[in-house]
Amino acid sequence: MPRAVERQIVLPWSQVVKISYNSMRVRLFRSIITTLTLTLAIAFVAFTWSGYEILNAIWPHADASLQDNILAKGYELVGGQFGTGPKDRWLAILSLLVCVVGIVNAQLMAVTERFREIGTFKCLGALDSFVVRIFVLESVYQGFLGGVSGAVLGIFVATCSFLIQIGWDAILYWPFLKMFFTLCWASSTAVFLSLVGVIYPALVASRMQPAIALRTEE
Amino acid sequence: MNRQNGHSVVRLSEVTKVFKMGDNLVEALKGVNFAIREGEYLSIMGPSGSGKSTLFNMIGALDKPTSGRVFIDEVDVAQLDAYELAWLRCRKIGYIFQTFNLIHVMTAIENVTLPMIFAGMSRDDYIHKGMDLLKLVGLADRYHHKPSELSGGQQQRVAVARALANDPAIILADEPTGNLDLTTGEEIITLLKHLSTERNVTIISATHDIKMLNVSDRVVWIRDGRIDRVEERADLKISVGEVS
Repeated sequence: MPRAVERQIVLPWSQVVKISYNSMRVRLFRSIITTLTLTLAIAFVAFTWSGYEILNAIWPHADASLQDNILAKGYELVGGQFGTGPKDRWLAILSLLVCVVGIVNAQLMAVTERFREIGTFKCLGALDSFVVRIFVLESVYQGFLGGVSGAVLGIFVATCSFLIQIGWDAILYWPFLKMFFTLCWASSTAVFLSLVGVIYPALVASRMQPAIALRTEE
Repeated sequence: MNRQNGHSVVRLSEVTKVFKMGDNLVEALKGVNFAIREGEYLSIMGPSGSGKSTLFNMIGALDKPTSGRVFIDEVDVAQLDAYELAWLRCRKIGYIFQTFNLIHVMTAIENVTLPMIFAGMSRDDYIHKGMDLLKLVGLADRYHHKPSELSGGQQQRVAVARALANDPAIILADEPTGNLDLTTGEEIITLLKHLSTERNVTIISATHDIKMLNVSDRVVWIRDGRIDRVEERADLKISVGEVS
């Protein structure tokens, strides 16, 4: 005789991707707000770093008057290179920290809003891991979106600001490869931060009792 | 069909449940013994605070008793791990809620197919079966509508279709007509009764609805954490027959 109760299967990622993508698309406004936290923080970081990249790219080609001009604006040359000082780094770290706390806050709200939905999922046979995956995947989308948009925004603003400050040289020697690297690491940082921010809320959500769904108050 | 001989789908043995409310211990269930027969239509009646919801959670394997045992298909629920419990909720039991509890971001067909996705069915199969179920509840033409675009009765019918997705042995309905008007409530009751007789699904339902009592095979009255009395259909005719 077959066993009366079998073990529930773990859903393939493809299904989880589909469900989480759908659920984010429908709650677009809400996701955008969460994503914006990341966009702004990453934009600030990308702005700072890409600014130095642009300066480094221009410097070897700059004539004496332009070099004086750059130094006069307060940028410091350390070992023939422009780079972030401790102040820049602390500001960046602080902005990212604030961003993570913002994400935790937003995701905890999202969990509270979706109490019933999560309870219902569980009544229908969802495993804890499914609930965790839904939240983690949504946060990866948000992290990626916020990271790329933030990095692009930061790099764009940095470029514009140098365009205004020192003219067309900023575009002429624009360091494509370096900028691409900046875009990559800024986006990965955003995905990482988004994941850090979602871990606790996702665990809270996954431990939710299915009986929640049975409670009648909205 | 002789239902007296059917084996019990759900059996409760000396089930108690104690909740901790601050420093106080609240005894929601004080030793419930009861067996639910296969294919019967059972209604659970009781005032709020009687332990009805707690009993419901026990029967639905949504909560574990403080002491005593709950058997679903003669399997002790307390012995199951998370995977087995999920399987049980997915395959054995279909849940219907007073507030429908459809997933708001999903369309009718997506809501109905969700339990089948959890059960690991292939896309072709679950779409096909999902449409069949929507046809059964008379909503095939509204499959792509979101819950917000459906009326209360239609939402509850989607929920009934969803509850049937994996051909459960038990349908657990918590005040299924509580948020519906008279006629739509009646439709849902007829639908449930139909399922109980045609598909031999055991229907367990908490209700205040007199119409519900008329189609029930048995009615269990809960009071103060205990079973007050159990009435068979034959007795019911006499006691509530005149009311409706």
